[in-house]
Amino acid sequence: MYDASDLRKGLKILIDGQPYIVVQSDFVKPGKGAAFTRTKMKNLLTGGVIERNIRSGEKVELADVEENEMTFLYKEAENFVFMDKKSYEQVSVTKDVVEDNWRFLKDNLDVQVTFYNGRAIAVTPPNFVSLKVTHSEPGVRGDTSSGATKPATLETGATINVPLFINVGESLRIDTRTGQYIERTRD
Amino acid sequence: MGDGERERLGPGRALNLRRRATAMAGLRRFFDQRGFLEVETPLLVPSPGLELHLDAFPVPDASGQRYLITSPEYQMKRLLAARGEGMERIFQVCKCFRRGEAGAHHNPEFTMVEWYRSPGAWEEVARDVEALCCEVVKAVRGKGGPIEYQGRTLDLTPPWQWLSVAEAMERFAGVTVRGDEPAEVLAERGRAAGFAIPPTRTAWDDVFFSIFLDAVDPQLARGGPTILHSWPAPLSALARLDGEGFAERFEAYAGGLELANGYGELTDAAEQRRRCEAERAERLRRELPAYPLDERFLAALAEGIPPSGGVALGIDRLMMLACDAASLREVVSFTSAEV
Repeated sequence: MYDASDLRKGLKILIDGQPYIVVQSDFVKPGKGAAFTRTKMKNLLTGGVIERNIRSGEKVELADVEENEMTFLYKEAENFVFMDKKSYEQVSVTKDVVEDNWRFLKDNLDVQVTFYNGRAIAVTPPNFVSLKVTHSEPGVRGDTSSGATKPATLETGATINVPLFINVGESLRIDTRTGQYIERTRD
Repeated sequence: MGDGERERLGPGRALNLRRRATAMAGLRRFFDQRGFLEVETPLLVPSPGLELHLDAFPVPDASGQRYLITSPEYQMKRLLAARGEGMERIFQVCKCFRRGEAGAHHNPEFTMVEWYRSPGAWEEVARDVEALCCEVVKAVRGKGGPIEYQGRTLDLTPPWQWLSVAEAMERFAGVTVRGDEPAEVLAERGRAAGFAIPPTRTAWDDVFFSIFLDAVDPQLARGGPTILHSWPAPLSALARLDGEGFAERFEAYAGGLELANGYGELTDAAEQRRRCEAERAERLRRELPAYPLDERFLAALAEGIPPSGGVALGIDRLMMLACDAASLREVVSFTSAEV
């Protein structure tokens, strides 16, 4: 149990039976009233953000949330199999939990898997990943307009927009938070 | 500090301290032009006030337990009661001290300007607040009219929007508040309007502020500068009640900052004693420090004070407006956490 006045950014708490991570907490004290902690928090299951004013002195329950470093092993039908880097335990995570992040999951990628009450609820890849281009039409010669792009298929099966000079077999650095191409890499 | 390590204030903070000096000169000019006398009253007192949600710093002393003031109110009202020449209009700039208050808008010690008009009405000191804020910000920014504060345009030119608490709660929260309804009734109205009020929040003021912080506070932050007046009786503090049963109390808001709190002062000594005793009893019940009643203050009221208006304004927050600062930290030399 936590007192409302101890709520800090990053703390994982239970509100109305749902796990939330505190995104922002501010001390507020309306004139002649008690102190409250204005708490902005994100639902770890739905991603929805809510704001609650919790009176100081009120108790908040911590959510049983763990974050484990895991390695992506392989895809099995609609599920993704990860291995815990410490315990070597393997877990199978469904596509609805992985969400759009399947686009970045190449074999042996290290990710963070969030568990709530022992169940995987989110997979967070590193902010940047390097992925190979497996298919892309050659860029049209002569088209030098800056910012012109073409689609390219990556080794994970995902398609993203890349500059015209990108060729099959090249490795690209991708920002997983935006899903966008950053630059060519050498590996 | 180790060798070669120098104190770094940062250019922004140094500039804000220079602006602060300009603001204080402007503030003193403002009061001087209006015939106010600057006074100083003690910071170490035997009774720091009994308001439920204010926690004072105790200071042991050979002559008995003392506290740092949470506001200079009691002693300033004793000056009004003394009715000496010049005491009809007094102001004071001083530090006030409140334990446990720290955040972007709070610091355990902060600078307040408090002033009284005796005789006077709350409306007069509310108009003083409007004019003072406008002039101080103008002195700092070098121009009047609309200013930018935290990405929003704000015009401090008087008159501001005047809104009663009941109107604001009705308009922004859809909840009717009279002040005479039991806390459970207010909580039910709040829940019916969609507010999350935990069943553990049973005190009237906690229920009220659950709704207020959710619905009214954000709207005030988005709107123009506002005098929010006629507070429900349970939040009357040291204000007298009007004919409708609401308190002659107002708060001044601008840019999401609560700048000032003022009253049509309660001058009825018997009623004041009754409120102090009730607050002290509630403090005992909640196992909070139960400070003694200030008998000299109560005796002064009993001698008689003309109908008076008084208000206290947080200078650090006004400086936040003037300097377009998001945090009080940016407009003071060092916060309590930095000493």
